Amino acid sequence: MSDNAKDKKQSEEAADRIRRRRSIAIALTLGFMVFAFYVATIVRLGGNVANGVY
Amino acid sequence: MSIQSEIGQADLVLEPSVGDFIQLMKPRVMALVVFTALAAMLAAPAPIHPVLGSIAIIAIAIGAGASGALNMWYDADIDARMARTAARPLPRGRITPDEALSFGGVLAVGSVLTLGVLVNWTAGALLALTIAFYIFVYTMWLKRRTPQNIVIGGAAGAFPPMIGWAAVTGDISLQSILLFLIIFMWTPPHFWALALYRCRDYERVGVPMLPVVAGPQETRRQILIYSILLVPLAVVPYFVGLGGLAYLALSVALGIVFLALAIRVYFTTEGREADTAARRLFLFSILYLYGLFATLFVEALVSRVLV
Repeated sequence: MSDNAKDKKQSEEAADRIRRRRSIAIALTLGFMVFAFYVATIVRLGGNVANGVY
Repeated sequence: MSIQSEIGQADLVLEPSVGDFIQLMKPRVMALVVFTALAAMLAAPAPIHPVLGSIAIIAIAIGAGASGALNMWYDADIDARMARTAARPLPRGRITPDEALSFGGVLAVGSVLTLGVLVNWTAGALLALTIAFYIFVYTMWLKRRTPQNIVIGGAAGAFPPMIGWAAVTGDISLQSILLFLIIFMWTPPHFWALALYRCRDYERVGVPMLPVVAGPQETRRQILIYSILLVPLAVVPYFVGLGGLAYLALSVALGIVFLALAIRVYFTTEGREADTAARRLFLFSILYLYGLFATLFVEALVSRVLV
């Protein structure tokens, strides 16, 4: 394999790795958002559901 | 020589990494924003559920990050020509302007909506105002036009304690305005001290910082004036019940050092000593603000634990 082809392959692998990490970060952020909205809703509702105050 | 040919092998991978996006959010500025907002939240005279408090802090941090990203998007041209900012992701070609704009825009809208919907709309509106003020008033309007850029633009950096306070109480009070004023008065001596020894950078890119437009001596005079106003103002929280005795002692002690350094900057006008004096004031000003808000934070925390 020539040096150029080797460099290109390494560069593509590095790009794939970076893209994968970025996707994981986006997935974690979205997951956290869903979790935060769910928990905050429960906290805000609190005992108000039982008390009939919505 | 293009920017791409100047950078290392790692940078030749044309994929922005997670780290590049974190850098785009100005994490050091975010840390100060979070810290001052958190101190104000604890000092506010009402409880907040820890979950809602944590969400408020995260939303404020993300809002600050959005401001940083949008600022870097708009200022990419001058950032590339200043030593202090040349390594940022946009000048290095790691992130494209479109990516920075989209990232900043999504974060700005997302953080305001999250804070408004989950915490309260006073805090959400204040966060929206802060982001808009930083981008439209400071970055786009004032920064390249007037030497008063950081005086008026400094308001954007001073809002976070008001947002933190509003997240807890749902309103704006004189006490939260006082915290705003302390950061507002702190900003000019802090940034002008930096500008004094980074003057050539700003001159080269045409940003009319005070030392470039009015000269170093006028800048030193303005630093001293703002320091004289700031130091007594920073003691006032004790007298309105925001700070306790520890705050009083620390704000007076740190204030004396701040004033002494500002006086030294005023009288040291030549050579490397002048740069050193300005650098010392700049570094101490960071410690000063952290010190004031850390004391408020600790005092509020202790009083909540004891009550």
